[in-house]
Amino acid sequence: MDLRQLFNNYLTLLFVGATFLSASLANAGEQRLVLTGSSTIAPVALEIGKRFEEQNPGVRVDVQTGGSSRGIADARSGMADIGMASRELAASEQDLHAFPIALDGIALIVHSSNPISILSNQQIIDIYTGKITHWKQVGGADKSITVVNKAEGRSTLELFLGYFKLTNSQIKASVVIGDNQQGIKTVAGNPFSIGYVSIGTAEYEASAGIPIKLLPMNSVIASVATVQQGEFPLSRPLNLVTREAPSGLLKQFIDFARSDAVSDLILDQYFVPLQAAKKP
Amino acid sequence: MTSSTTNKISITLAVWSKNLSRDGITKMVLGLIASVAVLLLASILFFLLLQSWPVLNTTYLPLFFSSDGWHPLERKFGLLPMLWATLAVGLGALVIALPLGLATAIFSLYMAPAPLARSLNLIVAILAGIPSVVYGLWGLTVIVPIINQWQAPGASLLAAMLILALMILPTIAITTRSALSALPISLQQAAASLALSRATTITQVLLPAAKTGIRQGVLLALARALGETMAVLMVAGNVVQTPQSLFDPVRVLTANIALEMAYATNHHRAALFASGLLLMVLVSITLWLAIERTKNTTSARPHA
Repeated sequence: MDLRQLFNNYLTLLFVGATFLSASLANAGEQRLVLTGSSTIAPVALEIGKRFEEQNPGVRVDVQTGGSSRGIADARSGMADIGMASRELAASEQDLHAFPIALDGIALIVHSSNPISILSNQQIIDIYTGKITHWKQVGGADKSITVVNKAEGRSTLELFLGYFKLTNSQIKASVVIGDNQQGIKTVAGNPFSIGYVSIGTAEYEASAGIPIKLLPMNSVIASVATVQQGEFPLSRPLNLVTREAPSGLLKQFIDFARSDAVSDLILDQYFVPLQAAKKP
Repeated sequence: MTSSTTNKISITLAVWSKNLSRDGITKMVLGLIASVAVLLLASILFFLLLQSWPVLNTTYLPLFFSSDGWHPLERKFGLLPMLWATLAVGLGALVIALPLGLATAIFSLYMAPAPLARSLNLIVAILAGIPSVVYGLWGLTVIVPIINQWQAPGASLLAAMLILALMILPTIAITTRSALSALPISLQQAAASLALSRATTITQVLLPAAKTGIRQGVLLALARALGETMAVLMVAGNVVQTPQSLFDPVRVLTANIALEMAYATNHHRAALFASGLLLMVLVSITLWLAIERTKNTTSARPHA
Protein backbone atom coordinates (compact mmCIF):
# COMPACT_ATOMS: atom_id res chain seq x y z
CA MET A 1 0.00 0.00 0.00
CA ASP A 2 2.68 2.46 1.00
CA LEU A 3 4.59 1.77 -2.14
CA ARG A 4 1.52 2.38 -4.29
CA GLN A 5 0.73 5.61 -2.50
CA LEU A 6 4.31 6.73 -2.94
CA PHE A 7 4.14 5.92 -6.61
CA ASN A 8 0.90 7.87 -7.02
CA ASN A 9 2.36 10.88 -5.26
CA TYR A 10 5.35 10.68 -7.51
CA LEU A 11 3.15 10.67 -10.61
CA THR A 12 1.20 13.66 -9.28
CA LEU A 13 4.46 15.51 -8.82
CA LEU A 14 5.54 14.69 -12.36
CA PHE A 15 2.21 15.87 -13.75
CA VAL A 16 2.30 19.16 -11.84
CA GLY A 17 5.90 19.72 -12.92
CA ALA A 18 5.05 19.08 -16.55
CA THR A 19 2.13 21.52 -16.36
CA PHE A 20 4.36 24.27 -15.03
CA LEU A 21 7.00 23.56 -17.62
CA SER A 22 4.58 23.71 -20.54
CA ALA A 23 3.01 26.88 -19.13
CA SER A 24 6.37 28.59 -18.91
CA LEU A 25 7.29 27.44 -22.41
CA ALA A 26 4.04 28.85 -23.75
CA ASN A 27 4.78 32.22 -22.16
CA ALA A 28 8.26 32.45 -23.60
CA GLY A 29 9.18 34.43 -26.69
CA GLU A 30 6.85 37.40 -26.33
CA GLN A 31 9.69 39.88 -26.63
CA ARG A 32 13.31 38.87 -26.89
CA LEU A 33 16.59 40.74 -26.80
CA VAL A 34 19.65 38.86 -28.01
CA LEU A 35 23.11 39.97 -26.91
CA THR A 36 26.28 38.32 -28.22
CA GLY A 37 29.99 39.05 -27.98
CA SER A 38 32.69 39.77 -25.43
CA SER A 39 33.05 37.21 -22.64
CA THR A 40 34.23 40.07 -20.42
CA ILE A 41 30.90 41.84 -20.67
CA ALA A 42 28.69 38.72 -20.80
CA PRO A 43 28.57 38.04 -17.01
CA VAL A 44 27.55 41.59 -16.16
CA ALA A 45 25.15 41.75 -19.14
CA LEU A 46 23.54 38.55 -17.87
CA GLU A 47 22.94 40.12 -14.44
CA ILE A 48 21.64 43.35 -15.96
CA GLY A 49 19.39 41.25 -18.21
CA LYS A 50 17.94 39.38 -15.22
CA ARG A 51 17.09 42.63 -13.45
CA PHE A 52 15.60 44.03 -16.64
CA GLU A 53 13.42 40.91 -17.02
CA GLU A 54 12.18 41.30 -13.44
CA GLN A 55 11.13 44.86 -14.06
CA ASN A 56 9.66 44.18 -17.51
CA PRO A 57 7.54 41.01 -17.43
CA GLY A 58 7.26 39.31 -20.79
CA VAL A 59 10.74 40.33 -21.92
CA ARG A 60 13.54 37.80 -22.29
CA VAL A 61 17.18 38.80 -22.48
CA ASP A 62 19.46 36.20 -24.05
CA VAL A 63 23.22 36.59 -23.56
CA GLN A 64 25.75 34.56 -25.58
CA THR A 65 29.53 34.85 -25.62
CA GLY A 66 31.94 34.57 -28.52
CA GLY A 67 34.34 37.48 -28.31
CA SER A 68 34.18 41.18 -29.14
CA SER A 69 34.63 40.55 -32.86
CA ARG A 70 31.61 38.28 -32.95
CA GLY A 71 29.65 40.91 -31.04
CA ILE A 72 30.49 43.52 -33.67
CA ALA A 73 29.78 41.13 -36.56
CA ASP A 74 26.45 39.95 -35.09
CA ALA A 75 25.30 43.50 -34.41
CA ARG A 76 26.13 44.49 -37.97
CA SER A 77 24.45 41.45 -39.56
CA GLY A 78 21.42 41.68 -37.32
CA MET A 79 22.04 38.21 -35.82
CA ALA A 80 22.00 39.94 -32.45
CA ASP A 81 20.06 42.97 -31.30
CA ILE A 82 23.06 44.13 -29.34
CA GLY A 83 26.73 43.24 -29.74
CA MET A 84 29.08 43.35 -26.76
CA ALA A 85 32.61 44.67 -27.37
CA SER A 86 35.20 45.25 -24.66
CA ARG A 87 37.09 47.82 -26.73
CA GLU A 88 36.64 51.06 -28.63
CA LEU A 89 35.09 50.81 -32.08
CA ALA A 90 37.73 50.71 -34.81
CA ALA A 91 37.82 53.21 -37.64
CA SER A 92 36.10 50.72 -39.97
CA GLU A 93 33.28 50.22 -37.46
CA GLN A 94 32.12 53.82 -37.20
CA ASP A 95 28.84 52.98 -38.97
CA LEU A 96 27.74 51.24 -35.74
CA HIS A 97 26.52 52.85 -32.55
CA ALA A 98 28.47 52.17 -29.34
CA PHE A 99 27.18 52.75 -25.81
CA PRO A 100 29.64 52.21 -22.96
CA ILE A 101 28.01 50.67 -19.89
CA ALA A 102 31.14 50.53 -17.73
CA LEU A 103 34.92 50.78 -17.79
CA ASP A 104 37.46 48.10 -17.09
CA GLY A 105 40.74 49.26 -15.58
CA ILE A 106 43.61 47.44 -13.93
CA ALA A 107 46.27 48.70 -11.58
CA LEU A 108 49.74 47.34 -10.94
CA ILE A 109 50.21 46.82 -7.23
CA VAL A 110 53.22 46.29 -4.97
CA HIS A 111 53.55 45.91 -1.20
CA SER A 112 53.23 49.26 0.60
CA SER A 113 56.68 48.82 2.16
CA ASN A 114 58.27 48.68 -1.30
CA PRO A 115 60.32 51.88 -1.90
CA ILE A 116 59.51 51.74 -5.63
CA SER A 117 56.83 54.27 -6.48
CA ILE A 118 56.90 54.28 -10.27
CA LEU A 119 57.87 51.84 -13.05
CA SER A 120 58.15 52.58 -16.75
CA ASN A 121 56.23 50.45 -19.25
CA GLN A 122 59.50 48.89 -20.42
CA GLN A 123 60.47 48.02 -16.84
CA ILE A 124 57.10 46.35 -16.30
CA ILE A 125 57.51 44.35 -19.50
CA ASP A 126 61.05 43.32 -18.48
CA ILE A 127 59.88 42.26 -15.02
CA TYR A 128 57.02 40.19 -16.42
CA THR A 129 59.17 38.55 -19.10
CA GLY A 130 61.98 37.71 -16.65
CA LYS A 131 64.61 40.12 -17.98
CA ILE A 132 64.56 41.99 -14.67
CA THR A 133 64.57 39.58 -11.75
CA HIS A 134 65.66 41.71 -8.77
CA TRP A 135 64.20 44.91 -7.33
CA LYS A 136 67.76 46.31 -7.20
CA GLN A 137 67.73 46.56 -11.01
CA VAL A 138 64.93 49.12 -10.83
CA GLY A 139 66.25 50.94 -7.75
CA GLY A 140 64.77 48.83 -4.97
CA ALA A 141 65.97 46.26 -2.44
CA ASP A 142 68.38 43.46 -3.32
CA LYS A 143 65.60 40.88 -3.36
CA SER A 144 64.21 38.75 -6.13
CA ILE A 145 60.88 39.87 -7.57
CA THR A 146 57.83 37.68 -7.08
CA VAL A 147 55.85 38.12 -10.28
CA VAL A 148 52.12 37.56 -9.79
CA ASN A 149 50.19 36.80 -12.97
CA LYS A 150 46.54 35.96 -13.69
CA ALA A 151 45.20 32.62 -14.87
CA GLU A 152 44.48 32.16 -18.57
CA GLY A 153 41.18 33.51 -19.86
CA ARG A 154 40.64 36.30 -17.34
CA SER A 155 39.73 39.69 -18.76
CA THR A 156 42.34 41.43 -16.58
CA LEU A 157 45.04 39.20 -18.11
CA GLU A 158 43.74 39.94 -21.60
CA LEU A 159 43.80 43.70 -20.97
CA PHE A 160 47.27 43.53 -19.42
CA LEU A 161 48.72 41.44 -22.27
CA GLY A 162 47.04 43.59 -24.89
CA TYR A 163 48.32 46.84 -23.43
CA PHE A 164 51.93 45.64 -23.13
CA LYS A 165 51.73 43.65 -26.40
CA LEU A 166 52.74 40.37 -24.76
CA THR A 167 51.54 36.78 -25.07
CA ASN A 168 50.94 34.70 -21.99
CA SER A 169 53.71 32.23 -22.83
CA GLN A 170 56.29 35.05 -22.73
CA ILE A 171 55.47 35.77 -19.10
CA LYS A 172 57.68 34.24 -16.42
CA ALA A 173 55.37 34.20 -13.42
CA SER A 174 56.28 33.16 -9.88
CA VAL A 175 52.68 32.90 -8.77
CA VAL A 176 49.49 32.52 -10.81
CA ILE A 177 46.25 33.63 -9.20
CA GLY A 178 42.56 33.44 -9.94
CA ASP A 179 40.47 36.28 -8.60
CA ASN A 180 41.33 39.80 -7.50
CA GLN A 181 41.09 39.03 -3.79
CA GLN A 182 43.66 36.27 -4.08
CA GLY A 183 45.95 38.67 -5.95
CA ILE A 184 45.65 41.33 -3.28
CA LYS A 185 46.26 38.85 -0.45
CA THR A 186 49.27 37.42 -2.27
CA VAL A 187 50.87 40.85 -2.76
CA ALA A 188 49.93 42.01 0.75
CA GLY A 189 51.64 38.92 2.20
CA ASN A 190 54.82 39.24 0.17
CA PRO A 191 56.85 42.50 0.44
CA PHE A 192 58.78 41.74 -2.76
CA SER A 193 55.95 40.92 -5.12
CA ILE A 194 54.26 42.75 -7.97
CA GLY A 195 50.83 42.00 -9.38
CA TYR A 196 47.88 43.57 -11.17
CA VAL A 197 44.20 43.54 -10.25
CA SER A 198 41.01 45.39 -11.10
CA ILE A 199 41.41 49.00 -10.15
CA GLY A 200 38.21 49.34 -8.13
CA THR A 201 39.12 46.44 -5.87
CA ALA A 202 42.72 47.60 -5.43
CA GLU A 203 41.68 51.13 -4.52
CA TYR A 204 39.08 49.93 -2.06
CA GLU A 205 41.39 47.43 -0.32
CA ALA A 206 44.28 49.93 -0.13
CA SER A 207 41.99 52.51 1.48
CA ALA A 208 40.81 49.83 3.93
CA GLY A 209 44.36 49.49 5.24
CA ILE A 210 45.57 46.43 3.31
CA PRO A 211 49.35 46.98 2.78
CA ILE A 212 49.35 47.42 -0.99
CA LYS A 213 50.31 50.38 -3.17
CA LEU A 214 48.91 51.21 -6.63
CA LEU A 215 51.57 52.24 -9.14
CA PRO A 216 50.87 55.08 -11.57
CA MET A 217 50.98 54.30 -15.30
CA ASN A 218 52.65 56.83 -17.64
CA SER A 219 52.59 59.11 -14.56
CA VAL A 220 48.77 58.98 -14.36
CA ILE A 221 47.59 58.06 -10.86
CA ALA A 222 45.82 54.70 -10.77
CA SER A 223 42.34 55.37 -9.43
CA VAL A 224 38.71 54.84 -10.30
CA ALA A 225 38.48 58.60 -10.89
CA THR A 226 41.22 58.70 -13.55
CA VAL A 227 39.62 55.69 -15.26
CA GLN A 228 36.26 57.49 -15.31
CA GLN A 229 37.91 60.62 -16.73
CA GLY A 230 39.44 58.47 -19.47
CA GLU A 231 43.00 59.43 -18.47
CA PHE A 232 44.26 56.14 -17.10
CA PRO A 233 45.96 54.25 -19.93
CA LEU A 234 45.48 50.68 -18.70
CA SER A 235 41.70 50.72 -19.17
CA ARG A 236 39.06 50.06 -21.79
CA PRO A 237 35.37 50.72 -22.29
CA LEU A 238 32.79 47.95 -22.18
CA ASN A 239 30.51 48.77 -25.08
CA LEU A 240 27.05 47.74 -26.17
CA VAL A 241 26.93 48.01 -29.96
CA THR A 242 23.87 48.39 -32.21
CA ARG A 243 23.39 48.73 -35.96
CA GLU A 244 20.69 51.41 -35.90
CA ALA A 245 20.20 54.20 -33.42
CA PRO A 246 18.26 52.27 -30.74
CA SER A 247 14.56 52.84 -30.19
CA GLY A 248 11.77 51.19 -28.24
CA LEU A 249 12.70 48.20 -26.11
CA LEU A 250 16.31 48.31 -27.30
CA LYS A 251 16.69 51.91 -26.18
CA GLN A 252 14.98 51.08 -22.91
CA PHE A 253 17.45 48.29 -22.21
CA ILE A 254 20.54 50.30 -23.14
CA ASP A 255 19.41 53.25 -21.03
CA PHE A 256 18.79 50.84 -18.15
CA ALA A 257 22.25 49.25 -18.54
CA ARG A 258 23.85 52.70 -18.41
CA SER A 259 21.84 53.95 -15.43
CA ASP A 260 22.50 54.10 -11.70
CA ALA A 261 20.05 51.22 -11.24
CA VAL A 262 22.70 48.67 -12.23
CA SER A 263 25.91 50.21 -10.85
CA ASP A 264 25.92 47.67 -8.00
CA LEU A 265 25.97 44.85 -10.57
CA ILE A 266 28.89 46.52 -12.35
CA LEU A 267 30.80 46.91 -9.09
CA ASP A 268 30.12 43.25 -8.28
CA GLN A 269 32.07 42.28 -11.39
CA TYR A 270 34.94 44.62 -10.43
CA PHE A 271 34.28 47.06 -13.24
CA VAL A 272 34.11 50.84 -12.95
CA PRO A 273 30.66 52.39 -13.46
CA LEU A 274 30.40 55.41 -15.73
CA GLN A 275 29.05 57.65 -12.99
CA ALA A 276 30.96 58.57 -9.83
CA ALA A 277 31.29 55.21 -8.13
CA LYS A 278 29.39 54.25 -5.01
CA LYS A 279 31.79 52.27 -2.86
CA PRO A 280 30.71 48.79 -1.79
CA MET B 1 -4.64 10.39 -10.13
CA THR B 2 -6.50 7.42 -11.52
CA SER B 3 -5.44 7.11 -15.12
CA SER B 4 -5.53 3.60 -16.50
CA THR B 5 -1.73 3.37 -16.76
CA THR B 6 -1.33 4.21 -13.10
CA ASN B 7 -3.78 1.49 -12.19
CA LYS B 8 -2.05 -1.05 -14.36
CA ILE B 9 1.30 -0.25 -12.81
CA SER B 10 -0.19 -0.22 -9.33
CA ILE B 11 -1.74 -3.63 -9.92
CA THR B 12 1.54 -4.98 -11.18
CA LEU B 13 3.24 -3.60 -8.11
CA ALA B 14 0.58 -5.16 -5.90
CA VAL B 15 1.09 -8.54 -7.53
CA TRP B 16 4.80 -8.21 -7.02
CA SER B 17 4.48 -7.26 -3.43
CA LYS B 18 2.23 -10.28 -2.79
CA ASN B 19 4.96 -12.51 -4.12
CA LEU B 20 7.69 -10.75 -2.26
CA SER B 21 8.39 -11.12 1.38
CA ARG B 22 8.91 -7.98 3.47
CA ASP B 23 12.66 -8.62 3.28
CA GLY B 24 12.40 -8.81 -0.46
CA ILE B 25 10.79 -5.38 -0.65
CA THR B 26 13.39 -3.88 1.66
CA LYS B 27 16.07 -5.41 -0.48
CA MET B 28 14.54 -4.03 -3.65
CA VAL B 29 14.08 -0.51 -2.29
CA LEU B 30 17.57 -0.35 -0.85
CA GLY B 31 18.97 -1.76 -4.06
CA LEU B 32 17.20 0.94 -6.06
CA ILE B 33 18.56 3.63 -3.77
CA ALA B 34 22.06 2.21 -3.97
CA SER B 35 21.84 2.12 -7.74
CA VAL B 36 21.31 5.89 -7.71
CA ALA B 37 24.93 6.26 -6.60
CA VAL B 38 26.07 4.02 -9.44
CA LEU B 39 23.95 5.93 -11.93
CA LEU B 40 25.33 9.22 -10.70
CA LEU B 41 28.90 8.05 -11.10
CA ALA B 42 28.15 6.68 -14.56
CA SER B 43 26.48 9.91 -15.65
CA ILE B 44 29.38 12.02 -14.34
CA LEU B 45 31.79 9.84 -16.25
CA PHE B 46 29.62 10.07 -19.36
CA PHE B 47 29.43 13.85 -19.00
CA LEU B 48 33.20 14.15 -18.64
CA LEU B 49 33.73 11.97 -21.71
CA LEU B 50 31.19 13.94 -23.71
CA GLN B 51 32.69 17.30 -22.78
CA SER B 52 36.28 16.24 -23.38
CA TRP B 53 35.42 14.42 -26.62
CA PRO B 54 36.71 17.23 -28.93
CA VAL B 55 40.25 16.69 -27.64
CA LEU B 56 40.15 12.89 -27.26
CA ASN B 57 41.65 12.24 -30.67
CA THR B 58 45.01 11.76 -32.29
CA THR B 59 45.46 15.48 -33.02
CA TYR B 60 45.11 16.63 -29.46
CA LEU B 61 46.09 13.71 -27.22
CA PRO B 62 49.82 13.94 -28.10
CA LEU B 63 49.68 17.65 -27.21
CA PHE B 64 48.78 16.71 -23.63
CA PHE B 65 52.12 14.96 -23.27
CA SER B 66 54.21 17.57 -25.07
CA SER B 67 56.68 19.69 -23.17
CA ASP B 68 55.62 23.08 -24.59
CA GLY B 69 53.83 24.04 -21.42
CA TRP B 70 50.20 24.86 -20.79
CA HIS B 71 49.04 27.78 -22.93
CA PRO B 72 45.63 26.65 -24.17
CA LEU B 73 44.96 29.88 -26.06
CA GLU B 74 48.14 29.21 -28.05
CA ARG B 75 47.20 25.54 -28.55
CA LYS B 76 49.76 24.23 -26.07
CA PHE B 77 48.22 21.66 -23.76
CA GLY B 78 51.10 20.07 -21.80
CA LEU B 79 49.34 18.38 -18.86
CA LEU B 80 52.21 16.30 -17.48
CA PRO B 81 53.77 18.96 -15.19
CA MET B 82 50.41 19.33 -13.48
CA LEU B 83 50.04 15.57 -13.14
CA TRP B 84 53.45 15.32 -11.44
CA ALA B 85 52.59 18.28 -9.23
CA THR B 86 49.30 16.64 -8.23
CA LEU B 87 51.05 13.41 -7.27
CA ALA B 88 53.87 15.25 -5.47
CA VAL B 89 51.47 17.36 -3.44
CA GLY B 90 49.29 14.37 -2.53
CA LEU B 91 52.10 12.00 -1.60
CA GLY B 92 54.03 14.74 0.22
CA ALA B 93 51.00 15.59 2.31
CA LEU B 94 50.58 11.90 3.12
CA VAL B 95 54.22 11.55 4.23
CA ILE B 96 53.73 14.46 6.65
CA ALA B 97 50.25 13.50 7.85
CA LEU B 98 50.73 9.75 8.30
CA PRO B 99 53.07 9.79 11.35
CA LEU B 100 51.10 12.67 12.89
CA GLY B 101 47.78 10.89 12.39
CA LEU B 102 49.07 7.56 13.71
CA ALA B 103 50.65 9.24 16.74
CA THR B 104 47.45 11.18 17.47
CA ALA B 105 45.34 8.01 17.35
CA ILE B 106 47.75 5.91 19.44
CA PHE B 107 48.23 8.63 22.02
CA SER B 108 44.53 9.37 22.45
CA LEU B 109 43.65 5.67 22.63
CA TYR B 110 46.37 4.13 24.80
CA MET B 111 48.29 6.85 26.60
CA ALA B 112 46.33 10.03 27.22
CA PRO B 113 44.33 10.41 30.42
CA ALA B 114 40.60 10.26 29.65
CA PRO B 115 39.83 14.01 29.72
CA LEU B 116 42.83 14.79 27.50
CA ALA B 117 41.87 12.00 25.09
CA ARG B 118 38.34 13.37 24.89
CA SER B 119 39.50 16.89 24.06
CA LEU B 120 42.05 15.55 21.57
CA ASN B 121 39.32 13.60 19.78
CA LEU B 122 37.15 16.71 19.75
CA ILE B 123 39.96 18.79 18.27
CA VAL B 124 40.56 16.22 15.53
CA ALA B 125 36.84 16.21 14.74
CA ILE B 126 36.85 20.01 14.52
CA LEU B 127 39.88 19.95 12.23
CA ALA B 128 37.95 17.59 9.96
CA GLY B 129 35.04 20.02 9.84
CA ILE B 130 36.89 23.22 8.88
CA PRO B 131 35.99 24.23 5.32
CA SER B 132 38.87 23.96 2.88
CA VAL B 133 38.66 27.62 1.88
CA VAL B 134 39.41 28.55 5.49
CA TYR B 135 42.51 26.35 5.45
CA GLY B 136 43.46 28.04 2.20
CA LEU B 137 43.04 31.57 3.55
CA TRP B 138 45.03 30.70 6.64
CA GLY B 139 47.75 29.19 4.49
CA LEU B 140 47.83 32.21 2.19
CA THR B 141 48.07 34.75 4.99
CA VAL B 142 50.21 32.82 7.50
CA ILE B 143 52.13 29.88 6.01
CA VAL B 144 53.01 31.44 2.64
CA PRO B 145 54.58 34.64 4.10
CA ILE B 146 56.61 32.54 6.55
CA ILE B 147 58.00 30.33 3.78
CA ASN B 148 58.55 33.45 1.68
CA GLN B 149 60.94 34.91 4.26
CA TRP B 150 62.98 31.77 3.83
CA GLN B 151 62.59 31.08 0.11
CA ALA B 152 60.65 33.29 -2.33
CA PRO B 153 57.89 33.27 -3.47
CA GLY B 154 56.47 31.28 -0.56
CA ALA B 155 53.50 29.97 -2.49
CA SER B 156 54.97 26.57 -3.25
CA LEU B 157 54.81 22.79 -3.30
CA LEU B 158 55.81 22.84 0.37
CA ALA B 159 52.99 25.21 1.37
CA ALA B 160 50.47 23.02 -0.45
CA MET B 161 51.82 19.85 1.21
CA LEU B 162 51.63 21.41 4.68
CA ILE B 163 48.07 22.68 4.28
CA LEU B 164 46.89 19.39 2.77
CA ALA B 165 48.65 17.41 5.49
CA LEU B 166 46.65 19.34 8.06
CA MET B 167 43.46 18.62 6.14
CA ILE B 168 43.95 14.87 5.80
CA LEU B 169 45.39 14.34 9.28
CA PRO B 170 41.91 13.95 10.82
CA THR B 171 40.96 11.28 8.24
CA ILE B 172 44.03 9.25 9.13
CA ALA B 173 43.69 9.79 12.89
CA ILE B 174 39.99 8.90 12.96
CA THR B 175 40.23 5.78 10.77
CA THR B 176 43.30 4.59 12.67
CA ARG B 177 41.57 5.10 16.00
CA SER B 178 38.48 3.21 14.94
CA ALA B 179 40.57 0.39 13.44
CA LEU B 180 42.57 0.08 16.66
CA SER B 181 39.58 0.26 18.97
CA ALA B 182 37.79 -2.45 16.98
CA LEU B 183 40.53 -4.92 17.86
CA PRO B 184 39.52 -7.62 20.38
CA ILE B 185 40.67 -6.85 23.91
CA SER B 186 42.20 -10.37 24.04
CA LEU B 187 45.11 -9.12 21.93
CA GLN B 188 46.13 -6.66 24.61
CA GLN B 189 45.57 -9.26 27.34
CA ALA B 190 47.75 -11.77 25.55
CA ALA B 191 50.48 -9.18 25.05
CA ALA B 192 50.30 -8.26 28.72
CA SER B 193 50.55 -11.89 29.81
CA LEU B 194 53.70 -12.20 27.70
CA ALA B 195 55.06 -9.19 29.61
CA LEU B 196 55.51 -7.19 26.41
CA SER B 197 56.25 -3.51 26.88
CA ARG B 198 53.71 -0.85 25.93
CA ALA B 199 55.76 0.16 22.88
CA THR B 200 56.19 -3.42 21.67
CA THR B 201 52.51 -4.18 22.16
CA ILE B 202 51.55 -1.16 20.04
CA THR B 203 54.12 -1.49 17.26
CA GLN B 204 54.34 -5.29 17.03
CA VAL B 205 50.86 -6.46 17.93
CA LEU B 206 48.16 -3.80 17.67
CA LEU B 207 49.28 -1.79 14.62
CA PRO B 208 49.88 -4.90 12.45
CA ALA B 209 46.51 -6.29 13.50
CA ALA B 210 44.77 -3.05 12.51
CA LYS B 211 46.71 -2.50 9.32
CA THR B 212 43.79 -3.14 6.97
CA GLY B 213 41.72 -0.37 8.48
CA ILE B 214 44.69 1.96 8.66
CA ARG B 215 45.60 1.35 5.04
CA GLN B 216 42.04 2.08 4.00
CA GLY B 217 42.15 5.36 5.88
CA VAL B 218 45.45 6.28 4.28
CA LEU B 219 44.12 5.68 0.79
CA LEU B 220 40.94 7.63 1.56
CA ALA B 221 43.16 10.48 2.74
CA LEU B 222 45.23 10.26 -0.43
CA ALA B 223 42.11 10.39 -2.58
CA ARG B 224 40.97 13.49 -0.71
CA ALA B 225 44.43 15.05 -1.12
CA LEU B 226 44.41 14.44 -4.88
CA GLY B 227 40.95 15.95 -5.23
CA GLU B 228 41.33 18.98 -2.96
CA THR B 229 40.97 22.24 -4.87
CA MET B 230 40.41 25.51 -3.04
CA ALA B 231 43.07 25.26 -0.35
CA VAL B 232 45.75 24.13 -2.79
CA LEU B 233 44.73 26.78 -5.33
CA MET B 234 45.34 29.48 -2.74
CA VAL B 235 48.78 28.42 -1.54
CA ALA B 236 50.49 26.47 -4.33
CA GLY B 237 51.40 29.40 -6.61
CA ASN B 238 49.76 27.76 -9.64
CA VAL B 239 52.67 28.12 -12.05
CA VAL B 240 52.56 25.26 -14.54
CA GLN B 241 55.95 23.58 -14.17
CA THR B 242 57.37 20.22 -13.12
CA PRO B 243 58.43 20.66 -9.50
CA GLN B 244 62.21 20.60 -9.03
CA SER B 245 62.30 21.61 -5.39
CA LEU B 246 59.95 21.98 -2.43
CA PHE B 247 59.97 25.75 -2.89
CA ASP B 248 58.81 25.75 -6.51
CA PRO B 249 55.31 27.06 -7.13
CA VAL B 250 53.22 24.34 -8.81
CA ARG B 251 49.77 23.93 -10.29
CA VAL B 252 47.69 20.84 -9.58
CA LEU B 253 45.01 19.48 -11.91
CA THR B 254 42.06 20.53 -9.77
CA ALA B 255 43.40 24.08 -9.38
CA ASN B 256 43.84 24.25 -13.14
CA ILE B 257 40.19 23.40 -13.69
CA ALA B 258 38.99 25.85 -11.04
CA LEU B 259 41.20 28.69 -12.31
CA GLU B 260 40.30 28.47 -15.96
CA MET B 261 36.94 26.74 -16.42
CA ALA B 262 34.80 29.84 -16.00
CA TYR B 263 36.60 31.59 -18.83
CA ALA B 264 37.42 28.69 -21.14
CA THR B 265 35.84 28.06 -24.52
CA ASN B 266 36.06 25.37 -27.24
CA HIS B 267 39.16 23.17 -27.08
CA HIS B 268 40.51 24.91 -24.00
CA ARG B 269 37.32 23.92 -22.22
CA ALA B 270 37.44 20.37 -23.55
CA ALA B 271 41.07 20.06 -22.41
CA LEU B 272 40.03 21.09 -18.90
CA PHE B 273 37.35 18.41 -18.87
CA ALA B 274 39.95 15.93 -20.08
CA SER B 275 42.16 16.85 -17.15
CA GLY B 276 39.15 16.27 -14.91
CA LEU B 277 38.76 12.84 -16.46
CA LEU B 278 42.43 12.10 -15.81
CA LEU B 279 42.00 13.12 -12.18
CA MET B 280 38.93 10.92 -11.80
CA VAL B 281 40.87 7.95 -13.17
CA LEU B 282 43.69 8.68 -10.70
CA VAL B 283 41.34 8.86 -7.72
CA SER B 284 39.45 5.75 -8.89
CA ILE B 285 42.67 3.75 -9.03
CA THR B 286 43.53 4.87 -5.51
CA LEU B 287 40.12 3.88 -4.16
CA TRP B 288 40.09 0.62 -6.09
CA LEU B 289 43.43 -0.21 -4.48
CA ALA B 290 41.92 0.58 -1.10
CA ILE B 291 39.01 -1.80 -1.63
CA GLU B 292 40.93 -4.51 -3.44
CA ARG B 293 43.72 -4.74 -0.87
CA THR B 294 41.22 -4.76 1.96
CA LYS B 295 39.33 -7.66 0.38
CA ASN B 296 42.48 -9.77 0.06
CA THR B 297 43.63 -9.23 3.62
CA THR B 298 40.21 -9.77 5.14
CA SER B 299 39.67 -13.05 3.37
CA ALA B 300 43.15 -14.19 4.34
CA ARG B 301 42.55 -13.45 8.00
CA PRO B 302 41.12 -16.39 9.96
CA HIS B 303 37.85 -15.57 11.64
CA ALA B 304 36.88 -16.49 15.17
